[in-house]
Amino acid sequence: MRAMVYRGPYKIRVEEKPMPTIEHPNDAILRVTTAAICGSDLHLYHGLMPDTRVGTTFGHEFIGVVEEVGSSVRNLVRGDRVMVPFNVYCGSCYFCARGLYSNCHNVNPNATAVGGIYGYSHTCGGYDGGQAEFVRVPFADVGPTIIPEWMDSEDAVLLTDALATGYFGAQLGGIVEGDTVVVFGAGPVGLYAAKSAWLMGAGRVLVIDHLEYRLEKARSFAHAETFNFAEYDDIIVEMKKTTDFLGADVVIDAVGAEADGNFLQQVTGTKLKLQGGSPIALNWAIDSVRKGGTVSVVGAYGPIFSAVKFGDALNKGLTLRMNQTPVKRQWPRLFEHIRNGYLKPNDIVTHRIPLEDIAEGYHMFSAKLDNCIKTLVIAHPS
Amino acid sequence: MPSTPYIANKPKDIPTPDELRARIPGWGVDFDPKDRPSYPKEVFDPAGTGAHWDYPEEQQNRECRERSIEHERLTPVFGTSAPLHGVSGAIRRYAYRYSEGRAAHWLILIFADRVDAWVSHGKSLASLRPDNPITETGVLSEGRRHGISSRLGKRRADVNHAWLDPIIVAGPWVAAGGVAVVAVRTLARRFRN
Repeated sequence: MRAMVYRGPYKIRVEEKPMPTIEHPNDAILRVTTAAICGSDLHLYHGLMPDTRVGTTFGHEFIGVVEEVGSSVRNLVRGDRVMVPFNVYCGSCYFCARGLYSNCHNVNPNATAVGGIYGYSHTCGGYDGGQAEFVRVPFADVGPTIIPEWMDSEDAVLLTDALATGYFGAQLGGIVEGDTVVVFGAGPVGLYAAKSAWLMGAGRVLVIDHLEYRLEKARSFAHAETFNFAEYDDIIVEMKKTTDFLGADVVIDAVGAEADGNFLQQVTGTKLKLQGGSPIALNWAIDSVRKGGTVSVVGAYGPIFSAVKFGDALNKGLTLRMNQTPVKRQWPRLFEHIRNGYLKPNDIVTHRIPLEDIAEGYHMFSAKLDNCIKTLVIAHPS
Repeated sequence: MPSTPYIANKPKDIPTPDELRARIPGWGVDFDPKDRPSYPKEVFDPAGTGAHWDYPEEQQNRECRERSIEHERLTPVFGTSAPLHGVSGAIRRYAYRYSEGRAAHWLILIFADRVDAWVSHGKSLASLRPDNPITETGVLSEGRRHGISSRLGKRRADVNHAWLDPIIVAGPWVAAGGVAVVAVRTLARRFRN
């Protein structure tokens, strides 16, 4: 089969790989129809995530058609069109039994601090991802869901991570009616988080980024007030000014490990890999939230230490909430919101490329060319 | 009279719920925390996940699979995308002697990642499909996807560090080439003498 393959930092190609096989009785093999490139894939692409091995296939956002199932699979049959959460999880461990699907303890031998994620390094379990023609899906009775007839395929693939994560990020904020919510990052997760904040009753939603075309999308898609941090001497002071010097009630970090805005953090975090990323957005979140407020973190960071302003978080009495998203928990409610017209996920898709062009797709997304916000990868045209 | 937060009142410029409901589709539909799917954080419901086992059957071929020493045992299911091999595999196996709490674990793994890439690039030169830095970096999209106009006059914050990327990608190869040239010259000089 054809698959995207990692060759080293900033280098990927499409090559022939052996077909995935049933390795466990509850496995399924999926013929991928559509995948997506996620902002967190760039952390792998840039060599930031420890134990990212040459030969690995990335891709944790994908949908497809069931090609083969293992002997113990009950809920799926060949030919089913399914969407797959980015979490690989067993459904039966201590954490899964409590709804913490992203923290499963039975799928990742390489680390205990993170569960299993498709195509996200051996630190996340060593599973190949869905930027390929076919992919192995463990625990087929637990993760995948048949795509409803009424659902757009592009909306389905966006539900496998980006939309679910943005919605989850807004929930972590514990938003109450009238709250002022600041979202750092106008990428897909930030846009969805901003949109979701309104559903939870926010009184103001402010989105911060340095890419004007993404801020324009934040205004039109998420009805947000926007701030380009590159245009201000100090974005924190600007946040204080616009909140009557109180600070925001809730701040969501939807950027993660490769935040811009501080040269030293960028060099030590993302170029020299001496931190688990450059925590600029997280530090700005701590600075711009009000005392007693909540910081929600859904931007992805690496496992190494980062230079976070923890003293300010303590002194301000903040609540810090974070996790990888337990995706399938979000789906029933998100399905309702899509059917009711409150959310239209694929409004943010800017590019659709064939699998063979994925190396250029990664560079375009990484370098933020061509007003790129979200790129879908077509593995098998449906 | 000073304003918030120097007095107890909340900021005055928050729109009313009616204004927001009229402007934002779905405003407030998840206002009740009970409508939020991740509230509360933990909900004990082992029957609701689709799992029909108490402990999953164990995947085969478990021998030699590396694991974190913070795990009591190898997990029943695991990925098999790129098993340990070669020099990088030996380095990685060494890294797994340290717990996830030790910086050594992660820094050695990152070093192994670089070794893996260098060895793979070197091996590819002797294969029918050597690595091609032009196609594999996707840099041709600079021309096809408006590389100049995407940056010029945009006041993007990333331009102050993006120039480092080509150095990170090509730097080790240029350095290795330089070392090779010096080594060949040195050997040639000794051979002549």
